[in-house]
Amino acid sequence: MTTISASTPAARPVDWPAILREAALTAFVALLLTVPLVGLRSVDQPTGLGLDTRFDQVAAVTLLVFLGRLGLGLIREGRALVVLVLSLLAAAAGFFIELPSEELRVLLIAGGAVLAIRAALTLVTNRSTLSQAERDKRMDRVAAKVQHASRWLAPIGILFAVAFPMMPFADRQLIDIGILLLTYIMLGWGLNIVVGLAGLLDLGYVAFYAVGAYSYALLAHYFGFSFWLCLPLAGLLAAFSGVLLGFPVLRLRGDYFAIVTLGFGEIIRIVLINWYDFTGGPNGISGIPRPTFFGIADFSRNGADGLPSFAEMFGLEFSTVHRIIFLYYLILVLALLVSLFTLRVRKLAIGRAWEALREDDIACASLGINRTNMKLAAFAIAAMFGGFAGSFFATRQGFISPESFTFIESAIILAIVVLGGMGSQLGVVVATFLVIGLPEFFRELEQYRMVAFGLGMVLIMLWRPRGLLAHRDPTILLHGRAKGTQTGSTQAAGGTAP
Amino acid sequence: MEYFLQQLINGLSLGAIYGLIAIGYTMVYGIIGMINFAHGEIYMIGAFVAMITYLAVGALGITWVPLALLLMLAASMMFTSVYGWTVERIAYRPLRSSPRLAPLISAIGMSIFLQNYVQLVQGARSKPLQPILPGNLTLLDGAVSVSYVRLATIVITLLLMYGFTMLISRTALGRAQRACEQDKTMAGLLGVNVDRVISLTFVLGAALAAVAGMMVMLIYGVIDFYIGFLAGVKAFTAAVLGGIGSLPGAMLGGVVIGLIEAFWAGYIGSEWKDVATFTILVLVLIFRPTGLLGRPEIEKV
Repeated sequence: MTTISASTPAARPVDWPAILREAALTAFVALLLTVPLVGLRSVDQPTGLGLDTRFDQVAAVTLLVFLGRLGLGLIREGRALVVLVLSLLAAAAGFFIELPSEELRVLLIAGGAVLAIRAALTLVTNRSTLSQAERDKRMDRVAAKVQHASRWLAPIGILFAVAFPMMPFADRQLIDIGILLLTYIMLGWGLNIVVGLAGLLDLGYVAFYAVGAYSYALLAHYFGFSFWLCLPLAGLLAAFSGVLLGFPVLRLRGDYFAIVTLGFGEIIRIVLINWYDFTGGPNGISGIPRPTFFGIADFSRNGADGLPSFAEMFGLEFSTVHRIIFLYYLILVLALLVSLFTLRVRKLAIGRAWEALREDDIACASLGINRTNMKLAAFAIAAMFGGFAGSFFATRQGFISPESFTFIESAIILAIVVLGGMGSQLGVVVATFLVIGLPEFFRELEQYRMVAFGLGMVLIMLWRPRGLLAHRDPTILLHGRAKGTQTGSTQAAGGTAP
Repeated sequence: MEYFLQQLINGLSLGAIYGLIAIGYTMVYGIIGMINFAHGEIYMIGAFVAMITYLAVGALGITWVPLALLLMLAASMMFTSVYGWTVERIAYRPLRSSPRLAPLISAIGMSIFLQNYVQLVQGARSKPLQPILPGNLTLLDGAVSVSYVRLATIVITLLLMYGFTMLISRTALGRAQRACEQDKTMAGLLGVNVDRVISLTFVLGAALAAVAGMMVMLIYGVIDFYIGFLAGVKAFTAAVLGGIGSLPGAMLGGVVIGLIEAFWAGYIGSEWKDVATFTILVLVLIFRPTGLLGRPEIEKV
């Protein structure tokens, strides 16, 4: 008998008073949270602002929170099966029953689904909760496997990315999403150099993205430079601004550094808004020229600026998709360039110096690594890639304004790097698909997108604080540390030369 | 001279508001060493709760202004504190022993969530209000006029600061708070409930931010769901400027930022006032990295 009761935790009597009290407390907090903001809605009336009451929603939210917390308590007490069935029923009910508002419906379905997943997981693993350490260890194992698999996963991914526009299902909209994803992957990889490798928390990466975009837009606007001339120039200017910014700032440590980079990001945006004569202010710059096919053909129907039309040149039937496919390949190449650079640089002295700096600043200084130069290099290189991405963004959109370079963009790029697992290239890709791709497919739920986005960021961090595919091993290890060869040890310490 | 006095009072009232928000940042940073990025959003929620209370009070037919203001103050402090508490409980507490970036990202996520949540439930349009406390106090034969709202802001902030300083320096809670700030493990061993103290820190910070939110609503008469970001960044700037972790520093930093902004707007032009704020932040950090009143950080290996 003892064996049976030990193997089926459900045999334990449920501690109803404790669970109910906990659920009631949670529901009370939910009540306090929702009464002023959800229950009373301010509405515009002819005489000014008025109030609209929606206490039915408050009651419903409170009840849902109560039931949800009760469900969690029951799962913990070993009644997972009941909870699974009930929560699935609740989620199904959300689809069919009329509720006072759309929001409640989303809440019911999402809450039911989350609870059901939790219950199902408990049923499968036969454990109510894993401790943080255990969970970390398991996920680390998964991450290590994925990292190992990236040997063959990465080429397949790249092949797929190359073949993607040719696939039958790839329509214009999907390719557009692909371009968007690749832009963020490139930005993520770029920021990864600063955050993931050098361990500097940069909250203003979007500043360099803006510098790149505006460099191209302004050079094209005032001097009529072509995209292919501007792309390297934009990268150079962005790198230059990175050095300018970096010089005073890099002495700062940790959070101070973070807040100053945030400040710089805002400064650049405010300058763009206020320097009306030069940048067009809040109205931005429109009519930014589209890229040509390497300066030998144009993507318009009949060609422009003395260039023949692309379709004519290659004997194709004219289609507006050609330009989009070209843009797709352009950003793919740019992104892969960043990735390749990161992969290679990690094996050089400078890359190893970055990784060492991330782990221990002071140890690096005592090993004779010039910290400021190393950090400055990381900063400038990441800024350059940001600049490339920016000028690509400008040429793709044809229109830029300071609106596109708000702090939220920096936060999203940083979130991609951290959620993916700092330093992991594959992690950036996975996180981009989660953070950018997933919401893109739920465009209909426009108003819930950002709410879910914020909540998702919190949840992923709670679930996996070190990022999905955390990967912090040094790229190169000295094999046989005990009798490390002379060349090996000089390499390890000789990170001063950039 | 009159113009100068006018800007001085504008700057002081603005600085009082930044200072109130900055205290929340500095306390949280002092005790758990993280930038509470969602704090600006807490302030925004405070402003919204105050506005809703004002509308509710009006709907209930209470017209006596002092009572209405008191109700607004009480309601916004109470409900906003619950938000502060919940944010800590959900998004930060489970991450207390995690790598440093995790709570920061979680906080940014929370900030995005709260902003869009308020937009969802209260609408995206900005909310204009009739002036609640109209009227000016004229000084120097009418050359300087100070609105009652700004005066009230300064007075209320001074009162709150006095009460708050007493709370931190005289009560058992304040003692526990300071103990946790110095060494959480040791404080826990000596019987201080560290979790509770951290929760209370968030509650106190949120309550002060709520007052700031209410004052901003009274002064400018219009709020929207986006006001939290810039105010939050500036208040954090104020906290860093004053020396993060130091309570008088936060207030001082707030006043300095407020004054810079008011004088810059008054004498140079309001477009560039944010640039001035950030430039001063950068300069201060370069030449005095621990802020005006901060203690120098000791590097431990």
